[in-house]
Amino acid sequence: MIEAAEPENSREWSDPEVHEGRLGPIFEDFAFFFSRVLVLFCPQSAVDLRSFACEAGAAGNSCIKDLSLGCVLFVVPVLTKLEVESKVREKNFRCCGAMTYFPDEVVEHIFDFLSSHRDRNNVSTVCKAWYLVEQLSRLRVFVGNCYAVRPERVMARFPGMKCLTVKGKPHFADFNLVPHDWGGDALPWIETAARCCPGLEELRLKRMVVSDESLELLARAFPNFKSLVLISCEGFSTDGLAEIATHCRGLRELDLQENEVEDHGRQWLSCFPDSCTSLVSLNFACLKGEVNTSALERLVARCQNLRCLKLNRAISIESLIKILARAPNLVELGTGSFTADHRTEAYQNLLNAFYKCNSIRNLSGFWDAAPRYLQAIYSICSSLTVLNLSYAPAIQVNDLIKMIRHCFKLQKLWVLDSIGDKGLAAVACACKELQELRVFPSDVYGTGIAAVTEEGLVAISSGCPKLNSLLYFCHQMTNAALITVAKNCPHFTRFRLCILDPVKPDPISNEPLDEGFGAIVKSCKDLKRLSLSGLLTDKVFLYIGMYASRLEMLSIAFAGESDKGMVYVLNGCKNLKKLEIRDSPFGDAALLENVGKYETMRSLWMSSCDVTQGGCKALAAKMPRLNVEVINEREESDEMVENPSDMHRVEKMYVYRTLTGPRDDAPDFVWTF
Amino acid sequence: MASYVEDTELRLGLPGSDALATRGSKRSLPEDDAAGDDSSCRNGGSGSAAKAQVVGWPPIRTYRKNSFQAMKVESEASGLFVKVSMDGAPYLRKIDLKVYKGYKELREGLDGMFNCFSQGEFSRKEGCNGSEFAITYEDKDGDLMLVGDVPWEMFICSCKRLRIMKGSEARGLESRH
Repeated sequence: MIEAAEPENSREWSDPEVHEGRLGPIFEDFAFFFSRVLVLFCPQSAVDLRSFACEAGAAGNSCIKDLSLGCVLFVVPVLTKLEVESKVREKNFRCCGAMTYFPDEVVEHIFDFLSSHRDRNNVSTVCKAWYLVEQLSRLRVFVGNCYAVRPERVMARFPGMKCLTVKGKPHFADFNLVPHDWGGDALPWIETAARCCPGLEELRLKRMVVSDESLELLARAFPNFKSLVLISCEGFSTDGLAEIATHCRGLRELDLQENEVEDHGRQWLSCFPDSCTSLVSLNFACLKGEVNTSALERLVARCQNLRCLKLNRAISIESLIKILARAPNLVELGTGSFTADHRTEAYQNLLNAFYKCNSIRNLSGFWDAAPRYLQAIYSICSSLTVLNLSYAPAIQVNDLIKMIRHCFKLQKLWVLDSIGDKGLAAVACACKELQELRVFPSDVYGTGIAAVTEEGLVAISSGCPKLNSLLYFCHQMTNAALITVAKNCPHFTRFRLCILDPVKPDPISNEPLDEGFGAIVKSCKDLKRLSLSGLLTDKVFLYIGMYASRLEMLSIAFAGESDKGMVYVLNGCKNLKKLEIRDSPFGDAALLENVGKYETMRSLWMSSCDVTQGGCKALAAKMPRLNVEVINEREESDEMVENPSDMHRVEKMYVYRTLTGPRDDAPDFVWTF
Repeated sequence: MASYVEDTELRLGLPGSDALATRGSKRSLPEDDAAGDDSSCRNGGSGSAAKAQVVGWPPIRTYRKNSFQAMKVESEASGLFVKVSMDGAPYLRKIDLKVYKGYKELREGLDGMFNCFSQGEFSRKEGCNGSEFAITYEDKDGDLMLVGDVPWEMFICSCKRLRIMKGSEARGLESRH
């Protein structure tokens, strides 16, 4: 199936021109991708291919830009106009033929300009030659679901891998919806990498179970290891961290974000040897225990390249002052508790310390911040681009507003809803560069007094036109407000709204919020991620299916009226990658309406919906390349064994595409159909 | 609809669930509570906890919930425990202010703990006598205040920690109880 743009016969071919063609699948054993092929040619016959490739990339040539849309650069320097025309018209257009014109290194060099893993995935499916070049030159590998593919296969394909990112549990595991031993063990990945890719330098894991044994292996098996980033992981303790500190020579980055880490009292930080001077980034904010502060001060002093340091709550202001004195070039700082044991001269010293740190752009921490100490940071507020006060419940609104007024360069702000609509209005006045706002509930059970409402959001939307990412927990929202927000901020890529009472209608009109969210998806053409809440009927899903063509992730809770809602989404959102649904009336009919869709997605989660065992079995039977996992809580599993009825409703279902078949580490309570 | 109520769902009823009746959807939220997960049992015991909770709602990361729970527990724990430091002592102590009825009992309690006001060995060795100690506290604003100026009830509300100052720093700050 070839569609070619016809070249205009009258046009002179003195300037590089662009033609488009489409290739069909060339390999049988890979998923079927269409690639858009751009043909760029240069009329001079004696062109130097390498410099041409450099120019094409360096000059921001339009062809290279188009690559980010999943197109492929195809350079044909010496063909005549007629030769190109005939090739384009040919039904079996294969770019492989043209590959004989230039060597692999040139192609590889062109691929260097492709940073997105999606683009690299696309070029690798064009033809065998490109597949081989790409696989040997790929350095950064991203695995979005650890059970979609085996580690051995990944590492066999990309032997030159230097950086590996793996994600484990489904997103709703963050909210206690996935049982503890569900899976997501990192050890197989680390073991296989130790055998097959000992040159590994960076490992990033999210929502995985990482044992101390894994960390110990990691610390010893990779001599060039430089960077470890663990996000929302669990299963390890300070013993594992001690191994990393002790054995990773040349470690540059240790970034622990919101992990559950057991404190075994081991002074892991003291395990960094005196010879360690390479640290650039150290984040241990999520650790609960104390660290040896003098060891920390010495470590900071000898790591002259340290640019990011995020302290945990156990670090007091006195220690912070000493640390800042030794690291005046910090760019990112997590302040620790921000209270002092002995008040006496802390304030003045703090002021002086911050005065010297004029590189700080990113600030967080403030766990127990007392108001008087906040004033010490006013001097750096005006250069901040990122401010995270979402773990600082002690800061009162008025102090917050005083601080925010100085932060006119702020791009990212995370706060608690105690900021109130009044505080958000102050943000809207001061922070004209704001791109991302997250407002978290200060009362985590949502039972407190109304803190932020739709007014705060509307104020932000009119004051901050660059806003493109939002996470907003509030007590109420109106359609009118959402419509206004959609008009003011058409650039949203992430829009996550959480109304604390999950089925609350528009309090003024008492209507569902369909129109409000409809306005958002219609206006924000680049929307990639959306979370819904409030009272919603099937109509909102009709809008989403119709307008949200770039949507990749959708989170639904307590919404919809019938199967039609889910079907609108599955049939409409062509770029959908992750769909997660809880407590919504979607059943087997919706699940089975468009089964082919799930192979184009990473995963589907449905809990407390109307899907039955029979529906899951049917899906599994139709789609052998999906794993249809059903999670059975204790009370149900006995019932299901005694009464294995296809009519039995399934409480939690997780469906994902995979090359491996059912996983072999599934616990008893997970059934794969 | 009734079958959903009978199902063994790990959910509690929601506030405003009567709004559901107008939706006419076949799914309704159960009105009565069922079991919750362990996070729901640790609510700070306020009266508004009558509003029941749903598992995993609001969608806040467990890590964040646990951090806040820790902070909340510290500030609302029954008993008003505050740290007491004494200059020169290697470690601090904690006392429950609610246990004392007034400043006199507090002083006696501190004396018993630190042995600082009586003519004990410590004070004789240091060459101090009882009057060279001052009890101070840090209030909500972070200021260092002398204990004894405000009524007791006001004091225990605003006291965040205690500090027993001795020697030259204490001179001139003697309490006059």
